[in-house]
Formats: sequence, C-alpha cells, structure tokens
Amino acid sequence: MAQKESSFLNMVVTLTIVALVAATVLGFVHDLTKADIELAKKVAQEKAIKSVLPPFDSLGESWKTLPADGADSLEFFPAFDAEQKLVGVAVKTYTKNGFSGLITLMAGISADGNISGYEVLEHKETPGLGSKMDVWFKDESKPSQNIIGKNPVTSNLEVTKDGGEVDAITASTITSRAFLEAIKRAYNTYKEAADQQEATAKADSNKKGGQS
Amino acid sequence: MEYIVIIIAAIFVNNIVLNQFLGICPFLGVSKKISTAVGMTGAVTFVMVIATIVTYLIQLYILNAYGLQFLQTIFFILVIASLVQLVEIILKKVSPALYQALGVFLPLITTNCAILGVAILTIQKEFNLMEGVVYAIANAIGFGLALVLFAGLREHLDLVNVPKGLKGTPIALIVAGILAMAFMGFSGLV
Amino acid sequence: MNQWTNFTKGFIKENPVFVLLLGMCPTLGVTSSAINGLGMGLATTFVLVMSNLVISLIKSQIPSKVRIPSFIVIIAAFVTVVELTMQAYLPSLFKSLGLFIPLIVVNCLVLGRAEAFASKNNLLSSLVDGVGMGLGFSFALTLLGAAREFFGAGKIFDIVVYPEDYGMLLFVLAPGAFIVLGYLIALINRMNKA
Repeated sequence: MAQKESSFLNMVVTLTIVALVAATVLGFVHDLTKADIELAKKVAQEKAIKSVLPPFDSLGESWKTLPADGADSLEFFPAFDAEQKLVGVAVKTYTKNGFSGLITLMAGISADGNISGYEVLEHKETPGLGSKMDVWFKDESKPSQNIIGKNPVTSNLEVTKDGGEVDAITASTITSRAFLEAIKRAYNTYKEAADQQEATAKADSNKKGGQS
Repeated sequence: MEYIVIIIAAIFVNNIVLNQFLGICPFLGVSKKISTAVGMTGAVTFVMVIATIVTYLIQLYILNAYGLQFLQTIFFILVIASLVQLVEIILKKVSPALYQALGVFLPLITTNCAILGVAILTIQKEFNLMEGVVYAIANAIGFGLALVLFAGLREHLDLVNVPKGLKGTPIALIVAGILAMAFMGFSGLV
Repeated sequence: MNQWTNFTKGFIKENPVFVLLLGMCPTLGVTSSAINGLGMGLATTFVLVMSNLVISLIKSQIPSKVRIPSFIVIIAAFVTVVELTMQAYLPSLFKSLGLFIPLIVVNCLVLGRAEAFASKNNLLSSLVDGVGMGLGFSFALTLLGAAREFFGAGKIFDIVVYPEDYGMLLFVLAPGAFIVLGYLIALINRMNKA
C-alpha cells in the first residue's frame, strides 16, 4: 500500500481517527477495571484495619475529624464484635514532619485505650533508616522500643532524647519523632471525639429522664 | 513561607534529576559542555512552566469536571507535544535570537520525562495554580543546577586519565552517582 | 533479517539500556529491588510490543507529517491500559512504581522503536523486535535491581542472602543507581568487545 499523502485533510482525518479510537478503547478499559480498582483500594484498606486491631466481627460507619493541630482530617473506622460492642477504632493518621515529609499511618486503638497496632501506609523516608519504622515500634522482644499495648495516657510516648520512654530508630530520630507524633495525634483526636460523644450522649439521656 | 519550602525542597532535597530520576536523558545527553547545558536549561524552564499551567487548567476544567481522569496521560502528553511545537513556531516569529539559542533543544523536550513528570506531580501533590507554577520553576532550576554542575564535571573529566574500561558513559554515571551523594547531604532540610 | 538475530539483539549487543542508553529514567528510578525492575520491564515490554504491532499495521495509512503525534497517542493509550490494569490487579506493584508508569509514554525506547523500526518493517519483524527489545530492557532492569538489592539490602527477589545490617545502604539510595549502572555498562562494553 502506498504511503498516504500529507495533505491537510488527510492529516486531520488520521489524527482524529487515531484519537477517537484511542479514547473509545480507553473508555472501555476504564469501565472494565473501575470496579476492580475500587475493590483493590478497599481490600488494601480493610487489610490494614484488620492488622492493627484485635479480632473483630464487623466494621461500623467511618467518620472524619479535624485534629486540633493539623490542616487535614483523620479518618476513623470503628470495629465491633458479634454483640455490637466496640472492639477498637482504626485511625488513618498522618504527620508532615517526617525526614522527607508526609508519613501516613493506620493506627489501632483498642476499646481500653491502648495502642493495638499500626501499619505504615505511605512514606518517603530513607530506605534502610527511617523506613524501618514499619517494624521497629512493634518489636515485642524489645520493650524499650515497642509501643504496642501501651496507653498514651500512662506511657510517655516520646523518644528518649526528648525525655520519653521510646527508643528512637538508630540514626533516624526525626522519623521516630514524626511517627510518634502521628500516633499521638490519632489518639488525642479520637479521645476528644469520644469524650464529646459521651458528653452529648449523657446530655441526651438526661433529657430523656435517665432512660437507658 | 510555603513557597520557600517548595522551592528548597524541589531544588536541593528532592532534586528532580539526582533524586527523582526525571530528565535523565538530557542529563546524560547534553551535558558534555556547559554552554549547551545552559541552553537546554532555558528551554526546559520555558516549556515546563507553560506546560504545568496548561495541564493544570486541563485537569481542573476538563478531566476533573467530566470525570475523565483516566485520560490524563494521553491528554498531558498531547498538550506537551503540541505546546513544544507551538513554542517553536512562536519563538521563531517573535524572537529569532531566543530561537537561535533554544531552538535545537526544543524538539528533544517532548520526550523529556521531567516535563510530564512535573505536570503529573503538580496534580498528585494537590497544589493550587500558584504553587504549581512555583514548583515548576523550582524544578526547572533544580534541573539546570544538576545539569550545569554535571557538565562542568564532565568538561574536566575529558582531561583526566580514566581507566580504559570506564571511559565514556560508565565514568559519567559514576560521577553522577557521587554528585547525587553530595545532594543527599541536603535531605532532611525541610 | 533473520528473526532469531532480530530477537536476540536486544539482550546484549543492542541492549536498550546498556548499549543504546534509552529509557534511563525508569532504569534508574525504579530499580531499588529486582522485583520492581522486573515489573517495570514487563510493563514497558507490553506497551512496546502492542504499539509496535499497531504501528506496523497502520503505518501506510498515516501521513508522514503527523506520524509522531499519532504514535504518541497510540503509545499513551497502551500506557493507560497498563496503568488501569495494574491499579486494579497489582495495586502494591503499582504503588511502588508510582509515577514511572505514566512516564512509560516518554520512554525514548518505545517511541524510538516505533519510529526507527515498526514504521519501516512488517508485522512479524516488528513484533519480534518489540518482544526482544522489551525483554532486553526487562533483563537490564532486573539485573540492575538485583545488584542494588543484593549489595544494599542483602536480598535478591526478597530472598535473604545475608543479614540486612551488613548491606551497604548507599546502593538502594539514589547514588547507588548511578554507580551500579556505570559499572554494569563498563562490564557489558567489555563483553561486547570480546
């Protein structure tokens, strides 16, 4: 077949056809994968929630709250057991003070107020140094660096250099500081929200004449 | 203050070439002489800023508005390709002197991933238009800094006695590695 | 051309990374581990093969002046297909390759092969060229990733070879990418001469 001539009409027609076909194909692929992309995101999130909380039966409706000291809101995922009793709350929290900026975590707070686990979702910390935070703070064999099972009210969750009781990651104090800040932010914001809820619940029940 | 953080982060801490690995092709390709490195930097700055503004507006008013985010790649690369052509034509007409200086570099820019990379990163980082522009300028400066430094090193490299097996590209890459190491000293700055 | 030489040229003799120095950005950017290198290599191979295929099929229908823009659109379409598919079925790989997936579009390797080979050769040759070049690219990326992972973290494909604490962190970081690639190119140059 002979090469098509580069006349204006030919060029316009060719480019239009190429663009149209490409857009149609992509629209089709997009429709095909859309549901699966959503699903993959949801599965990843649920996996993170499961790994930071004690075993639970079902997830309640999530909500978002603005922390007292940040511009972006935290997301809360309450988890319940078979009797609809609260097992714990997973909190998607963050800090912008990492060595390379933003760190996003999923932190678990059990019903009794202890840290039940955490999972690092996103970070840009130095590989081999700051990036060790994904296991460092949950090493059960090293109590001086482990934060799992500790309660931020009774334990001072700060690095030892700042007078706290958590050993910072070797050569990564800034990352460690930022990490603990994110955890505490999750806990404090949750506590505040829970206290408020309790207060409104109390006010409600008072209005209703103490019925429960 | 926020702008200063963006600028320092883009130029030094997350240098687009030495840390993010964008724009490596021109970094290795046109870094044999300082003068060409400077010319390339000028052309990249020019296109990067305009491309970032145009792609930002497209993302906001076309892709987001109609839920067509999945066409981002195709839209952006087309915009950049036609923009480069357009800049070339306009420059030729309006400022022949500038065209003389930058002209030869313009066609190379379409496949410079730094341009597309910065355009996409501006969207991903959820910058507003002004921050996007500052980010683009800072990245262009970062690109220029790395390119000119590297060109200076390579000019000296020509005069040094390099082991035979490492002559040419290998030694250039190793020098780039050492330069990247030097830039690591900036990490943690912001 | 003999299809076998056409196929094998991409591995050592005309290796896109080590010899032709094409597609350097993803080469350096994603190879902090062998698996990332392999994933990126295969994604690029897919785009390369598919765009070579389509372009060699329709080459006579495209006026030469709009050749490049048409190629870019075709390549961008396949890149988006990879992007969406990977996001749906391999989300963790998608996350670690990040920005470099959409950037396959501007990988000089893909456009270079389209322009230099697929637009001049028949369907079969273009297909073989795409597969060969793509696998050569994957081979280079995997090799580089494995070397960096081995020296930096004491692992290859996540299999522990020696304890991580003895690894030289530098190799996983940005400078390591440049340095390891420099030595690999020197090595391949030596092999090609011999």
